[in-house]
Amino acid sequence: MCTFLFPIFAAQNFRQVPTKFSKETYLYWYELMQLIRQFELKAEEKYKMAGKIRGFFHAYVGQEALAAGCMTATRQEDPFITAYRDHGWALAKGVTPNACMAELYGKATGAAKGKGGSMHFFGVKEYFFGGHGIVGAQIGTGAGLAFAEQYKGTDNVVLCFFGDGAARQGILHETFNMAMLWKLPVVFICENNNYAMGTSVERTSNVVDIYKLADAYEMPADMVDGMDPETVHDAVARAVKRAREKGGPTLLEMKTYRYKGHSISDPQKYRRKEELDEYKTKDPITFVTKAILDNKFATQEELDAIDARINEVVEESVRFAEESPWPDDSELLKDVYADENYQFIVD
Amino acid sequence: MRTILFREALREAMSEEMRKDEKVFLMGEEVAEYNGAYKVSQGMLAEFGPKRVIDTPIAELGFTAIAVGAAQNGLRPIVEYMTWNFAVLALDQILNTASKMLAMSGGQVGCPIVFRGANGSAGQLGAQHSTAFESLYANIPGLKVISVSNPYDAKGLLKSAIIDNDPVVFMESEVMYGEKGEVPEETYYIPIGKADIKRPGKDVTIVSFNKMMKVALGAAEELAKEGIEAEVIDLRTIRPLDWYTILESVKKTNRLVIVEEQWPFASVSSEITYRIQKEGFDYLDAPIRRITSADAPMHYAPNLVAAYLPDVPRTVKLVKEVMYLKK
Repeated sequence: MCTFLFPIFAAQNFRQVPTKFSKETYLYWYELMQLIRQFELKAEEKYKMAGKIRGFFHAYVGQEALAAGCMTATRQEDPFITAYRDHGWALAKGVTPNACMAELYGKATGAAKGKGGSMHFFGVKEYFFGGHGIVGAQIGTGAGLAFAEQYKGTDNVVLCFFGDGAARQGILHETFNMAMLWKLPVVFICENNNYAMGTSVERTSNVVDIYKLADAYEMPADMVDGMDPETVHDAVARAVKRAREKGGPTLLEMKTYRYKGHSISDPQKYRRKEELDEYKTKDPITFVTKAILDNKFATQEELDAIDARINEVVEESVRFAEESPWPDDSELLKDVYADENYQFIVD
Repeated sequence: MRTILFREALREAMSEEMRKDEKVFLMGEEVAEYNGAYKVSQGMLAEFGPKRVIDTPIAELGFTAIAVGAAQNGLRPIVEYMTWNFAVLALDQILNTASKMLAMSGGQVGCPIVFRGANGSAGQLGAQHSTAFESLYANIPGLKVISVSNPYDAKGLLKSAIIDNDPVVFMESEVMYGEKGEVPEETYYIPIGKADIKRPGKDVTIVSFNKMMKVALGAAEELAKEGIEAEVIDLRTIRPLDWYTILESVKKTNRLVIVEEQWPFASVSSEITYRIQKEGFDYLDAPIRRITSADAPMHYAPNLVAAYLPDVPRTVKLVKEVMYLKK
């Protein structure tokens, strides 16, 4: 008998899916989610078994439906910015698996030339403004990206992601206040996986419904099932439309779940194995697979072929990362200043 | 040459660059409708409108974050802090985001932004409004740090800061905004990273910056009465530090005294002292000496303020010590 932490899941659990979304959308969701999942599992293997990847490593496994729904509800020019659980978002925006894996390996061909690592993936030409390591800081910086879009007169909308832990930082309130005051074109998306590292949401505040934090600023807000790409897409599409039409920001609280620990070194003693198993019954990839088969968008054989291709792409990213060179030692003092004549102190 | 106020020089620098480049804007507390807490931005709202001269709520962390994000996405913000004491609330964005963005992204995202405002003490303002922050920010790779002492340098260096592609910390002083100085009508830029010899001399080198330049120049004046010719160098830029100019001076004078408003530990004088003993050891005829603020928060009482800050008599005394002069 399953008892879900978030009742919203139980109600919608594995409903039969005749869907309003097209075959192309579903197959894109399937591919993207499988790419993120296989990439993360392979990277974790290379971290744990081979010691090829070091540093902090925060996996996106379990939260893939968010990436899927957000991508189909936006366009490429809409900038994304997130915290340190950033692999999935970089892949979703189109940073190549090769560049992502090479970054984890710390290689010169990585998404940030081997200078960022797991927490600092960047892909500015893909409109991905990074992976940020200070909890909540990107809430304000993301609003700044939106400020620039508004200032330049574009109709681009920024998607700014943060976790339930970041929702308790002061910068959230300062930013929400100004984002509403200036009607900035930004959608704040709280990826609520219920744990700020090892501290559950109800242990961090009297207000456990994070979307209600928007009320103090009269910001539109919604709670969304973040395990279902359809509901994610619909909620984000509504918020993005509002922002594009100069209606200002929205806060979306996406209920999701990470299958892995906070980081790779997390023994996860704060949650029961049964809790994790319950969520796995709501796995977004299982859900999308079922929808594809129910609607006859593809056969199991065709999905297997997609899986095989993704497996090849991920294996190729490992080969690419392993064969790539380390950054040259001379890179130590490069990219610190835009000014190429800067006189560094060297002793 | 015409003379204008310090605050007018800063305003001219911002206004000229804003006329040239649509991407430059000014943001901060009271900068628009109030015309600036210290009237630096007086009249700028009228000229540039509310899109480009923007009042913020009292939320240093939040509005700094928004400016930093805007800089990452193609704009060139100028952020005014009422004082650098308040900017401590925004240090996370300056240190952890602005200064590191270019490096973290492997050169993809820079942060062309100016953070400016009044720095250091300004009379009996008590402990929390009186800190001088140059050495703290100069510790941070990725930032440039400018601290000015007169209207001419203020205008030329602020213009250079605004067109610079790196994040620049720009430090002024409440007590100098109303001072006058010569500033030419025609446009000019002063390069970042160049110290300036404000008074030539041959007997001893005194290095200072910001309003402590008054103490340095005042001491030089007193010393001149006794026939001692002090060379006074205004650093103007703290990071990168123009130690070549100091070294060239020390090669001539063989003696160095540094006057600054920082706290003593790991201060600007600490760094200068290291550099000059390493590069100029054979030229020194006496230990390098310094006067900093006291190693304590600044207290309120007027006698304690006086005791806290460097002054002319103590600077004169120290110069005589490095010259081994009795009395």
